[in-house]
Parts: sequence; C-alpha cells; structure tokens
Amino acid sequence: MIPSDETLTESGIGPARKGRILLIACGALAREILDLKAANGWDHLDLTCLPAKYHLWPEKITEAVTEAVAKHRDAYDGIFVVYADCGTGGGLMARCEELGVEMIEGPHCYSFFEGNDAFAAREEYTAFYLTDFLVRQFDAFVWKPMGLDRHPELRDMYFGNYEKLVYQAQTEDPALDAKARDCAARLGLTYERRFTGYGDLGPALSRL
Amino acid sequence: MADEEDIILSELDDEELVLQMHDDLYDGLKDEIEEGVRILLDRGWTPYDVLTKALVAGMTIVGADFRDGILFVPEVLLAANAMKAGMAILKPLLAETGAPKVGKMVIGTVKGDIHDIGKNLVGMMMEGAGFEVVDIGINNPVENYIAALEREQADILGMSALLTTTMPYMKVVIDTMKEKGMREDYIVLVGGAPLNEEFGKAIGADAYCRDAAVAVQTAKDYMSRKHNKLAAG
Repeated sequence: MIPSDETLTESGIGPARKGRILLIACGALAREILDLKAANGWDHLDLTCLPAKYHLWPEKITEAVTEAVAKHRDAYDGIFVVYADCGTGGGLMARCEELGVEMIEGPHCYSFFEGNDAFAAREEYTAFYLTDFLVRQFDAFVWKPMGLDRHPELRDMYFGNYEKLVYQAQTEDPALDAKARDCAARLGLTYERRFTGYGDLGPALSRL
Repeated sequence: MADEEDIILSELDDEELVLQMHDDLYDGLKDEIEEGVRILLDRGWTPYDVLTKALVAGMTIVGADFRDGILFVPEVLLAANAMKAGMAILKPLLAETGAPKVGKMVIGTVKGDIHDIGKNLVGMMMEGAGFEVVDIGINNPVENYIAALEREQADILGMSALLTTTMPYMKVVIDTMKEKGMREDYIVLVGGAPLNEEFGKAIGADAYCRDAAVAVQTAKDYMSRKHNKLAAG
C-alpha cells in the first residue's frame, strides 16, 4: 500500500523488514521507488523513508540518514541511500563515505529524474523544478514555508530571478499537469511540462 | 477612545519610539518604519543615529532570532523590506552628512546561480554597518568580480551561492585572483546555505559567514586588522 503524501512529508515510513538490502530514501521518492520495486519484482529491496519535510532544513538530512544507517545496518546485508546531495553541500556524500554506504548520484532528485548528464548539460539555472510529489505537495513545500500564503508580496523576492517552472512528470497524469500549470501561474512563471519518467533512479536501483 | 493596540508613534518619546521601531521592524511594518525614521529626523536625530540605533539595532534582533530558529525566512524578508524602506530615506542624507565609512565591499552571486536573498540581506546589513556596498547582482562570471574589485578599489569581496553545484565556482574566482597576484589585496568572504567553514577554508577564502550578522562582524574584524597592519607598517 502506498502511504499518503502527508505521511511521507511529516513522518516518513519504516521498513517492511523484508529483503536483504535497505533503501534509506527521502519521503518524496517513496511512490516512485515502490512502483519500480513492484514493476521489476525487486523483492530483495526493502524501503524506509525519512520525512520529506527535511528538505526545508537540509542540514537535518545528513544527521537523519546517519541515524537511520546506525539503526538498521545490522539487520541488512547492505544499505543504499536514495538521497541526492539535496542542498547538503557535499556533506551527505562525505558522511555516506565515512559510513561505508553508497548513495545515488546527483545534486537533486530533479537532476537524476531527468538524468544527471542531461540535466547538467541544460544549464537551466533560471528554472524552478517540481516533480510529481512536489506538485502534489506544493503548498506544504513551497507556498506555506515561504510564507506566500500570508505574504504574497514576497513572491518576487523569492522568484523574481526565475523565468519558468518546469514540471518534471514522472507519470502521465493530466490532473497533476493542470495543478503544476496553476503552480507556475501562482509563482508568476511560464510553464513547461517535461516527461522524465524515473530517469537515473531505475538504473541506480537495478544495480543493487 | 483609541484602541489600546493603536500606538501613535509621534506621541512616544525618543527612547520609546526607538523600541517601538525595533518591534515594528520585527513585525515587518514598512509604513511604520518610514514614519518612525521621519519622526526621529524631524526631532533632530542625525541620519547615522537613526540608522544604527533604530534600524540596525532592530535588524540585529531579527537576525539573532532567525539564527535561534524563532523567526523564519518570510519574517526576515518582511523585516528586511521594512529596513530597506527606512534606509531609502536615510541614504541620501547619510551621503550629505558624511557618515563614517568603514570599508568598501563588492558583493555578488556566482555564475550559474540566480539566488540573491542572502546576498541582498548581507549587502543591506553591511551598508547599515557603514560599509559602502557595490552589488554586482547574480550569475557573475569571474571577469565580473575581478573588474568590479579593480574598478571600485574595494577592500572586501563577498561571494554568495545557494546551490551545491555552483558553490565550487567561488574557488575559480579565488584561484584567478591568485593567478593575477591580487588575492592578498582583498578580504574574501563567502556565504550561502550549502557552505560551511571547512569549505571556506578549502577554497582559500578568508572566512565563511553563516549569516548577515556574522558577515558584518567578520568584515569589521578584518578591516580593523587591515588598518592595524597599515598603521604598524
């Protein structure tokens, strides 16, 4: 069963304790990982997700991953961290190396969803990205934490230098497309939908 | 009868008014800050005193509460907007009255990065502390930094980045300064959410500044060391 977005944002999910390799992932990636697991029959992979809201304070991610590795490592043959750098300034990768666990490559999920090489080649630094999860959770991750629900006048201080919102669609979902378009309008940005599927995520997990 | 919440700024004495302005700044009340600034000026306060005692002191409280997790980015931005409005009134007057100048800073966000909220806050607080600030904006290649430093005869270079992918560009700038034999002529301060002290050291900056208040204090410390060095030399 797929957990609710609210659960994935606020509290994360614990492992099912089935499988010999544990994925420690961001809650924002749970649906995609569970879908890949089911589609490919990757029963050797177990999944625990940390609350996606840690993205609002990236400094929490490294410590939370460290704690999760310590908590679970004795129960599994291996651990794989499904976080990109996610604003930790290289801190998460350094910690994973210290802990002797591997992690997925890339600066952000929206980089590996597109494919890290393709994403880097675009040099699209005036784009603001949303994934399926972030479209669904736009208010929880963008609108409210930035105070735009209370102070819409701050919008251009945050987004004045951006030009477009790119919705990287992991799935074909007209409702999400419409919502993402509305998100772009609320931020005063032009809109582009780009279907990415799961990008580098599938190949990274298939190697485990 | 006036509501208890209604405070008539012009009826407060100087001390009460300054404290009220600290509160208003904290609450991001732009109109009230503009009014308070005008009242103090009308009462004969120097622009420098209004800036430091009412605005900078108020913004320092905001900065401390942000650091302690009591205030968050939206509230800080509202406070900054209010302070900016007050400073817009004071700036021309400060230029006329010859307020003390502590030093000159060139500040900008690095190439490939368009984020400027932190940079703008640092620039504003540096101005409030008496620094002349030349803001070269966002997405700056190394050439922009070098040209601005030379053109402005600055004391300090401030570089900002919000992305893990763009922060290494700060090293490109510092290495270019070294190649040109100009690194030692400037104090280099770096900041931005994904940075830390270790990174600042690794790229050869003089200091990493975790927030605007730290940037101001660090800049002041380095400027005073520079003056001491010059005096001793």
